[in-house]
Amino acid sequence: MSVSDGGQVLTLAGHLPILPVVVPFMAAPLVVVLGARRLAWPIAFAASLSALAVSVALLLQVLEGGGVSYHIGGWAPPLGIEYRIDAASALMLVLISGLSTTVLPFARRSLAHELEARRHMLFYAAWLLCVSGLMGMVASGDAFNIFVFLEISSLSTYALVASGAGRDRRALTAAYDYLIMGTIGATFFVIGIGFLYAATGTLNMAELAVIIGENGTDRTIQTAFAFIVVGMGLKVAVYPLHLWLPGAYTHAPSVVSAFLAGTATKAAVYVLLRFMFTVFRPEYLFEVRALEVIMLPLALVAMFAASVIAIFQRNLKRMLAYSSIAQIGYILLGIGFLSQTGLAAAVIHLFNHGITKAALFMGVGALLLRADTPFHDRIVGLGRRMPLTGFAMVIAGLSLIGVPGTAGFVSKWLLVQAALEKGWWPFALAVVGSSLLAVIYVWRMIEVLYLQEPEEGGRAEAPLSMLVPLWTVTAATVYFGLATGLTLGAAQSAAEGLMSGFIPVAGEGGGG
Amino acid sequence: MMADTFPTAFLFLAAALLVPLLPGGRLRGALLLAVPAFALWQIWSLPEGALFATRFFGFELELMRVDSLSRPFAAVFALAALLGNIYAWHLRDTLQQVAALLYAGAAIGAVFAGDLLSLFFYWEGTAVASVFLIWARRTEGAYHSGMRYLLVQVGSGVLLLAGIALMWRETGDIAFGGMRLESPASWLILLGFGIKAAFPLLHNWLPDAYPAATVTGTVFLSAFTTKMAIYALARGFAGTELLLPVGVVMALFPIPFALIENDLRRVLSYSLNSQLGFMVAGIGIGSEMALNGTVAHALASVLYQGLLFMAVGAVLYRTGTVRASELGGLFRTMPATAALSLVGAASIAAFPLFSGFVTKAMIVDQAAYAGLPLVWGALVLAGVGTLFHSAIRVPLAAFFAADSARRPKEAPGHMLLAMGGAAALSVAIGVFPGAFYALLPYPVDYAPYTVGHVVGQMQLILFGMFAFALMMRLGALPPAERAVYLDTDWLWRRLLAGLAARVGGGLAAAGVAAGGFGRRQAESLVRRLYRSHGPEGRMARVWPTGAMVIWVAVLLAVTLILDFL
Repeated sequence: MSVSDGGQVLTLAGHLPILPVVVPFMAAPLVVVLGARRLAWPIAFAASLSALAVSVALLLQVLEGGGVSYHIGGWAPPLGIEYRIDAASALMLVLISGLSTTVLPFARRSLAHELEARRHMLFYAAWLLCVSGLMGMVASGDAFNIFVFLEISSLSTYALVASGAGRDRRALTAAYDYLIMGTIGATFFVIGIGFLYAATGTLNMAELAVIIGENGTDRTIQTAFAFIVVGMGLKVAVYPLHLWLPGAYTHAPSVVSAFLAGTATKAAVYVLLRFMFTVFRPEYLFEVRALEVIMLPLALVAMFAASVIAIFQRNLKRMLAYSSIAQIGYILLGIGFLSQTGLAAAVIHLFNHGITKAALFMGVGALLLRADTPFHDRIVGLGRRMPLTGFAMVIAGLSLIGVPGTAGFVSKWLLVQAALEKGWWPFALAVVGSSLLAVIYVWRMIEVLYLQEPEEGGRAEAPLSMLVPLWTVTAATVYFGLATGLTLGAAQSAAEGLMSGFIPVAGEGGGG
Repeated sequence: MMADTFPTAFLFLAAALLVPLLPGGRLRGALLLAVPAFALWQIWSLPEGALFATRFFGFELELMRVDSLSRPFAAVFALAALLGNIYAWHLRDTLQQVAALLYAGAAIGAVFAGDLLSLFFYWEGTAVASVFLIWARRTEGAYHSGMRYLLVQVGSGVLLLAGIALMWRETGDIAFGGMRLESPASWLILLGFGIKAAFPLLHNWLPDAYPAATVTGTVFLSAFTTKMAIYALARGFAGTELLLPVGVVMALFPIPFALIENDLRRVLSYSLNSQLGFMVAGIGIGSEMALNGTVAHALASVLYQGLLFMAVGAVLYRTGTVRASELGGLFRTMPATAALSLVGAASIAAFPLFSGFVTKAMIVDQAAYAGLPLVWGALVLAGVGTLFHSAIRVPLAAFFAADSARRPKEAPGHMLLAMGGAAALSVAIGVFPGAFYALLPYPVDYAPYTVGHVVGQMQLILFGMFAFALMMRLGALPPAERAVYLDTDWLWRRLLAGLAARVGGGLAAAGVAAGGFGRRQAESLVRRLYRSHGPEGRMARVWPTGAMVIWVAVLLAVTLILDFL
């Protein structure tokens, strides 16, 4: 952002790091307080759009000049809460706000179809809170603050999932399950933070890293590590802890699935990365090798078991949910390699899979306009009746497989490279093998959509307000598959930053 | 090195995007003709050299390597696309029009690819684009043929990719140049090429898929995939001795199938396969003249084989069948098509003054010069076989022979125009070999029209025709019947499947990977997987919350223990 425009811009630029969190946060109560049903969507969209604009500005600033540190209320870090933006967090901010901004226009028609009108206002309020919470998890540099935002995003997510109940009562049990399990995860996380605070006396993550680096580790810190990894692992949906995910994604309204699949688990992965690499330091991780023994096998199991389950699903939404679990396996695999390339693969897959899955869930949302359930036998031949929707889903499906020319290929390529770099070629083969399973379940989707006669004929394309967001995200999967400069650059500098601890911060800001 | 040029393939890809937006009809037809015509001009006028480089993941990709080997192939592909689109002028099927453009573009892109990675992209591109020409027939049989075709073609690409990956690890280089059969990498690449070139036992996709495509689709199919593979072999494996026996077997074994097969498009598919054998043998010889002969034969065969497929396609278009047993006597109402098919027949049979004569002899003679009498003899024999099945049998069965009492209309004007173009070029090559030889990769010092040559070839042809007539008179030729003739498909689909099922275990697993041999094992595996992973299975069931809490506890315990150790 240009600084020479005058004092006003200068001050605003100084406050950039907190804006993407605060704007949706303030907008949420505004939606409810104003109480006007017609204003709910415009406010939500405007808030989301401005968050996106700020996030893009931050990303550009970070890529140019390194990390940014922001002190809330002007309190210096060890005492006050610090926000810290580097390449990884800026990329996540762009992903979250970008997906929210793209999915919201889609939500208008989709929600009109899937949710009673009187609940729309509360829905948008919960949406904004969720965005704000996810953004906060990513931006904050304070361990306890992260917990607070985690809870904000989780609670609003439970509400969002439960709002699917108007269509399908099972959304209630799904939301309840998620609530119980998510709360357990968050509790574990906060217990871990408690241990850390007891051992070091600080909650600031940079400070934590320094103290752990100086004093070495002890039992308390090791216990904290275990609690934090398991607690966050639950939010990430690491394989045996994934049981909340299929229900939540299947029964939530389609827009919620599209948004959550692209962002919620991804923000949790980001927090996990932050703790594993910047707080506990790689040296410590290399010592315990917990990753190699736990994370790699679990990642492999997820890649295969979840893919096989996805193949046999007869419900398109549920199939996509299981595919998400498998894709999270790839991300964990990248992290488990503990190398810079592996981390870059994980970070870029966060982004690429986020947009891919969002496109697919949006496609399902469009199909649901013409079918009452996403079960395969109810959507046969819909690809022919809705050619534009169907084609977008095919392209996104190709990206899910990792076909060259799509975003999915870039991340898998990097992942294979990371495996070969370590000389672990069986893992490279596993990535390819699991992609073959993805071919099967994507093909099943294509078969259902195209190769069977639709029940009743006639073109019934989704409205433009759904097609434009759907195709924006679909085009993005192709764009980021061909023009890899931005994402690859950000992912690599993020991985570099993570591997080397904290990046030295260029500009410090603070104030009211 | 970026120049003011752009890859020819992109032209086709851009046009393929544009086609669905244009209204069907003349405007779209004009675009479909303009694109290959412009491409032809561009290919012709490009300077030699590496004209368009780009970077992809740290790989230097060379998309436009124009040299004396790639240029003629690219030019004939553009020409084939032009003729094919003229032939398909009547078509109002967007799917086929887009697929044909993409297919032609990918084939030209593959020929111009200077590195293995971009070759791979285009290689798979031809597979994916071309299968729609088969599916566009929209019948149950075409769907299954297309699936099998796609499986094999993509399999070829996968082998190629595996070879490229190994090669990159060994040498750190992905440039596409001459290779030696030393490492597994080059073997894998050769196998990938070999599938598309329809090596014996790897050829089953060809007579399976080509007759299954649409009338116009087969014309496109016959031009690109196999010739692209010939180009790749000539570039990568010139002088590889293994290709000699492969080429010889390839030239000979399709002959019996071509003689008995009833479906005329399948007859031509086998005949195409046999012609490819000549080219593969030429690559195996590997001398400059042999490579010249291979390129020349490939270029000429695109034209005459396309001509024959077009003529038979016109019959299919007008009568709805290409079964030899149901045709005959069509020359009465389709005289122009019949005459043009005879030009194709004369060309493929290497009649003097037709293209086959000046190209095939280059390969056959080289076999003699290189001191390979067996190869020479086999190729001459294969030439006689070609005469039988393609030059005599196909026109005879369709246009002459016993009158089938069918009186179809003459082929439409645009089809005749396309066939006429191919026929004229075939004759031109035969009459002015010097001008044609100037296009070949190496300087040509070869005179096809010597007394010895002409007389020898005429003897061969006349004797062959005499023998054919005699056999027909004596009833020694197998009658054309509606029957299914098993090719070595049987080997893949039955024998190996049976063996695999019996041997079981490890062999079956390999068999499954190679294409559905151990079906029984696979089925039981799927059934077991379904029981555990299916919607009602253990793995996919909706678990109570408590189960997950246990998992959380277990994971925490494991992590803690690991940390404390």
